[in-house]
Amino acid sequence: MDFPTLLQVLDSTVRLATPLLLACLAGLFSERSGIYDIGLEGKMLAAAFCSAATAAVTGSVWLGLLAGIGGSMALAGLHGLSAITFRGNQLISGVAINFLAAGLTVVLAQDWFHQGGRTPSLLGGARFEAITLPFAETLRPVPVLGPVYAELISGHTLLVYVAALLVPASWWVLYRTRFGLRLRAVGENPEAVDTAGVSVQATRYAAVAICGLLCGLAGAYLATALQAGFSRDMTAGRGYIALAALIFAKWRPWQALGATLLFGLLQAIALRYQNIELGGVGLPVQVMDALPYILTVVILAGFVGRAIPPRAGGEPYVKER
Amino acid sequence: MSAMPKWADLVLIPLISLSLAALLSALVILGIGEDPVAAVRMMVTGALGSTYAWGYTLYYATNFIFTGLAVSVAFHARLFNIGGEGQATLGGLGVALVCLALPWPHWALALPAAALGAALFGAAWAAIPAWLQARRGSHIVITTIMFNFIAASLLNYLLVNVLRPVGSMDPSTARFADGTHLPTLHDLLAPFGIAFSKAAPANISFLLALAASVAVWLLIWRSRLGYEIRALGHSEPAAIYAGIRPVRTVMWAMLISGALAGLMAVNTVMGEAERLVLNSVEGAGFIGIAVALMGRNHPVGVFLAAILFGFLYQGGAELALWTDIPRELIVVIQALVILFTGALDNMVRMPLERLFLALQKGPA
Repeated sequence: MDFPTLLQVLDSTVRLATPLLLACLAGLFSERSGIYDIGLEGKMLAAAFCSAATAAVTGSVWLGLLAGIGGSMALAGLHGLSAITFRGNQLISGVAINFLAAGLTVVLAQDWFHQGGRTPSLLGGARFEAITLPFAETLRPVPVLGPVYAELISGHTLLVYVAALLVPASWWVLYRTRFGLRLRAVGENPEAVDTAGVSVQATRYAAVAICGLLCGLAGAYLATALQAGFSRDMTAGRGYIALAALIFAKWRPWQALGATLLFGLLQAIALRYQNIELGGVGLPVQVMDALPYILTVVILAGFVGRAIPPRAGGEPYVKER
Repeated sequence: MSAMPKWADLVLIPLISLSLAALLSALVILGIGEDPVAAVRMMVTGALGSTYAWGYTLYYATNFIFTGLAVSVAFHARLFNIGGEGQATLGGLGVALVCLALPWPHWALALPAAALGAALFGAAWAAIPAWLQARRGSHIVITTIMFNFIAASLLNYLLVNVLRPVGSMDPSTARFADGTHLPTLHDLLAPFGIAFSKAAPANISFLLALAASVAVWLLIWRSRLGYEIRALGHSEPAAIYAGIRPVRTVMWAMLISGALAGLMAVNTVMGEAERLVLNSVEGAGFIGIAVALMGRNHPVGVFLAAILFGFLYQGGAELALWTDIPRELIVVIQALVILFTGALDNMVRMPLERLFLALQKGPA
């Protein structure tokens, strides 16, 4: 593999890792507060549809982004209602949300646009444009670092940079603010938080809302930046890969960046090469597809450092009387 | 303490939840500018109006009985087996390998062998998540989700690179020999003088599904293992104190669950397609979750819920054929059923419990 090809693969790694990273951080906030969320996929899908539909109608990507966040947060609210208020099974609620989004997006897309469950293709201002960072072209002749800066770092859409900034931001919120401490405590030992006079329910609702917001960004990125419009089931399992990355990262923000970049790289390689020759042995593309899941199972099995979820995860909190 | 009589728990709550789901579905149909009453009428005609329609409804219901039973057996041990999809995929591989391995002379020989293959492959695919849950404490929901994706990739690889006949472009196996052709309901009912549609895919697997329902009932409520599964599901410390070995029980519950999900493939792969294609499961593994929740994890309930979903599936296909309502409407209805009977159960249960408590206090 030569240098330009390598750059191209890494460039598409960044693009493909971005929705995974956003969804992974979304799951991080929710699960750290003790609310399991296997509905990341559904929330992303709803956001992708809402953002694409709004951007197609209004021609404004910003209104699309808002609508995407709104759609995702509505589903997050539903998850909060069933998981926090009505103390239902969080996993079942997540499954229901995934199906709700998978069905409703296509039904509505068909009704509104009559294009077989797609939205019209987004053009011009209805999409996020690539941003060229300062001096990208001037620095391009510099050997190695120039192309890396011009191709890999510069030239992405706004949401890619937002996602990158959200990693330190999440770390700061979770580990350096009072809210973050409470959020983590609610996921480990809600009784203690309750005793301290902090509302467990309110903290968990806040975490679920942040999760909805970030899934909204992820879905909007898919439909208005990575691709130009919504199509049926366009998340294609990314919500589950993000979930896998979350476990891989052991519920920590910086590691989430690493895990999603790794899984993004696998996707980028699978996209570019159908079969890979490694030391004379052909590696079929399906292995690359399955690798994130296999790695997650290995991690979960505890053979490579044990992944321990937040202690109160999945347990509804019943206030003592 | 039970605030409610048993009938309210078993009949009233599911009915209310189902009505809520139906109401919201009707609103969705209204929202896209269609007439819900006309839609229901079309679904009833399309799914129940002829023996052809019944043949499809029962064909789908057969799948859902198997996957619903699979989810409910695991639920009894308080395990959420979300991997029915992958286990059924592997079950299909088992059926295909059995059917292609020998020149089967008659279906009566091929059926038990294929069912065994399906059950073994399904159980094997459930075995690793089960072992990881029982021994290493890895969350079974996550591992079974991961195994669904791994199963899809594995089958994709096998169909494209290994099992595809030479010269064929289609990622599927060769057609099975005629000796593996299962009798359809038409063939089965003809000797009794009942005319049943020849074109519909419902076949003898439906009877296999009924037998599986009875077997699950015997297992859960009439066997020692079933008692251990339920005891473990109610309270692990109590079960351990009673001398029940949790690892062994979890393994058995998941192996049986996986085998039941795998058996679904007898219906789809052997009974209908007569070759193994990509994505032959078509989401039936996930519908099993809705079926088990609605059926309250009891074989009778699972059977009724599976018939209902068979009706929805076939009726939804008819709607998509004749109106502008896409097939995905069924996915919405399925989601609402899971939501109301599963996740939002307490929303219906809490006010009802209060009502019954007030009623009990009233006359006394």
